[in-house]
Amino acid sequence: MNPFRNKRKLRGYKEFLYILPFIALVAVFAYYPLYGWIYAFFDYRPPQPMTMDNFVGLKWFKSLVQNQVKVNQILVVIRNTFAMSGITIATSWLPMIFAIFLNEIRFMPFRKFVQTITTIPNFISWVLVYSVAFNIFNSTGMVNHLLISMGLITKPILFLQASDHVWLTQWLWLTWKNLGWAAIMYIAAITGIDEELYEAAKVDGATRMQRIRFITIPSILPTYFVLLMLAIASFLSNGMEQYYVFQNAFNKNSIQVLDLYVFNLAMGSGSYSVSTALSMLKSVISIVLLCVANGISKLVRGESFL
Amino acid sequence: MKIRIKKIHQKQSAGDIMISVTTYVLYAIFAFVCIYPFYYIFINTISSNVLSAKGTILFLPKEIHFKNYVDAMRIPGLLNAAMISVGRTVIGTFLTVIATAFMGFMFTRDSLWHRKFWYRFVIITMYFNAGIIPWFLTMRNLHLTNNFWGYILPVIVSPFYIILAKTFVESIPKELQQAAEIDGAGTMKVFFRVIMPVIKPIMATVAIFSAVAQWNAFQDTLLLMTDDKLYSLQFILYQYINQASSLSSLVNSSSTSAVAQSIATVQTATSIRMTVTILVVGPILLIYPIFQRYFVKGIMIGAVKG
Repeated sequence: MNPFRNKRKLRGYKEFLYILPFIALVAVFAYYPLYGWIYAFFDYRPPQPMTMDNFVGLKWFKSLVQNQVKVNQILVVIRNTFAMSGITIATSWLPMIFAIFLNEIRFMPFRKFVQTITTIPNFISWVLVYSVAFNIFNSTGMVNHLLISMGLITKPILFLQASDHVWLTQWLWLTWKNLGWAAIMYIAAITGIDEELYEAAKVDGATRMQRIRFITIPSILPTYFVLLMLAIASFLSNGMEQYYVFQNAFNKNSIQVLDLYVFNLAMGSGSYSVSTALSMLKSVISIVLLCVANGISKLVRGESFL
Repeated sequence: MKIRIKKIHQKQSAGDIMISVTTYVLYAIFAFVCIYPFYYIFINTISSNVLSAKGTILFLPKEIHFKNYVDAMRIPGLLNAAMISVGRTVIGTFLTVIATAFMGFMFTRDSLWHRKFWYRFVIITMYFNAGIIPWFLTMRNLHLTNNFWGYILPVIVSPFYIILAKTFVESIPKELQQAAEIDGAGTMKVFFRVIMPVIKPIMATVAIFSAVAQWNAFQDTLLLMTDDKLYSLQFILYQYINQASSLSSLVNSSSTSAVAQSIATVQTATSIRMTVTILVVGPILLIYPIFQRYFVKGIMIGAVKG
C-alpha cells in the first residue's frame, strides 16, 4: 500500500479518537433519550423498576383518543397551542416592519440606541420577565397605583390572575421580549441591499414609501420566508418556560400549551408513560412539519433551508 | 430644471417629516417600554421600603438607602444559589467554547475518518429531540439529577455553535495550516498554535451566547434538581416571587438590630422581590451593551448559514 495514504489514514483515525469524547456526548444527550420512548409502551411507575410485566403496548396512545377526560384536556391544550402559535405566525411580519422603519431613521445615535435597548429583553430569562410583570402589575404595583391615583379604578385589578385575554397578554410578553432581537436579522438583510438601487429610485422621483415598497420589502422577503417556514416547523413547540412561570390556578385553562401540558402531566401527576407517549407523538409530528416546511421552501424558492 | 428638482424635494420632505416624526415617537415609546421596567425596579430597591411597597416611586428614588442589598445576603440560600449560577456559567462556558472551537476545526479536516458522516451525526440533532420527559428519565438513569454536572454535560456540544465555528475556520486560508504541517506540527499543535489565535472573535461570540444561556437557564433546575444546594439564582428568584412575604419576616427577624431598624429599611415582600430581581438581571444589563456587537455578529453568521 502507498505509505503516504496509509499515514494519512492513520492520522484520520487518530483525529477521530480526539473527537470521540464529544461524539459520545452527542450520542448520550441527543440520541440516547430517544430510547426513553419505550416508556410510552410500559406502565412505568417510578421508583419501581420497569419490567416486562408492565408492558402495555399501545394502551397509552389509545387512551389519548379514547379516554373522554384525556381527550377533552388534550383538545383544550391543542386549542391553546394553535392559538399561541397562530397569533405568533399571524404577526410574524412585525419584526420586518420594525426593521424597515428603524432603517429609515437617519439620526444614527438614536437608531443605535433603539437597537441596543430593544434587544435587551431577549437576553433575560422568562423568570425575570415574570418578575418584571409581577413587580409592575401586581395589586400594589405601579400600574394599579397609577390607575387608582387617577381615579379610574377603586380596587386594584389582579392582572396576573386574570382568566381573560391570556393569549393576548402572553403574546404581548413574547413580543416585548423578542421583537427587537428578531428585527436584527432583517436589519442585516437591509444593510446588504445595494445602495445604488435607492439612488436610482430617488433620481426617478420615488417617495420614501415607494422606495420601501419596491426596493426594501422585495429584497428582504426571502429572509422573511425562511423565518416563516421555521416558525411553521416549530408550530407545536411553544416551549414551556414562559407558560410555566405565568401559569396559575386562574389562567391554567387558557395557558396550558402542549409543552407545558406534557411537563405538568409527568412532573405534576407522575404520569410518565402518558406524557412520554405525547412527547413522542409531538416529536414525530414536528419532524413531519419540518419536512413539509422544507418542501414548501424547495418548491417556492428552489432551495432548502436545512 | 433646478426648480423641478426643488419641487420634488419639497414634496418628499412633507411626507418624510410625517413618517419621521411618527417613527421617532413610536420607537422612543417602545424603547422606553423595554428599559423602564428595569429602571423602575432598580429605583425602588434603593428607595424607602414603605414607599416602594405602595408603588409610589415612579421616576426618581426617594429616601435613598442601600440596606436592601446588605439584607439580601441574609436571605437563606441566596449566596449558595449565586455560587451555583456563577459556577455553571464559568465552567459551562469554558467547556462549551473549547469543545466548539475544537469540533469546528476538526470538521474542516479532510483527513478525519468519515468526516461528513460525523458532521451530519452532530448537526442533525438540531432538528429533533426526544421530548423533555424521555430526556429527564435518561438524565435520571445517568445519575445526573441532583448533580452539578447535569447543568454542564448536556450543553457542551451545541450544533449551532459548531456551525458558526466551522464556517469561521473555513474562511481562514488553508495555507496557514499547511505551512505548520510542513514544519512537522501534528493536528493538536495546528489547533492550539495556528487555529486558536485566529478564531478568537468567533469564540468570543460563542462564549457570550453560552454564558447568557447558562445564567438564564431555569428549566434544567426545575426538571433535574430537588436538592436545594443545587438551585440556581433563576430558580430561587422564581420561588421568591411566590413566597416573598414569608421571607421578608424571616430576614427582618434574623436582623441583629431589628428593633433599632428604621421603618423605611424594614424588608417588605416588595423590597425582597425587587432586590433579588436586580441581583439576577444586573449582570446581563451590565455586560449586554459592552458585548452587543458579538451577539449581533453571532446571529448574522448564523443567518447566512442557517
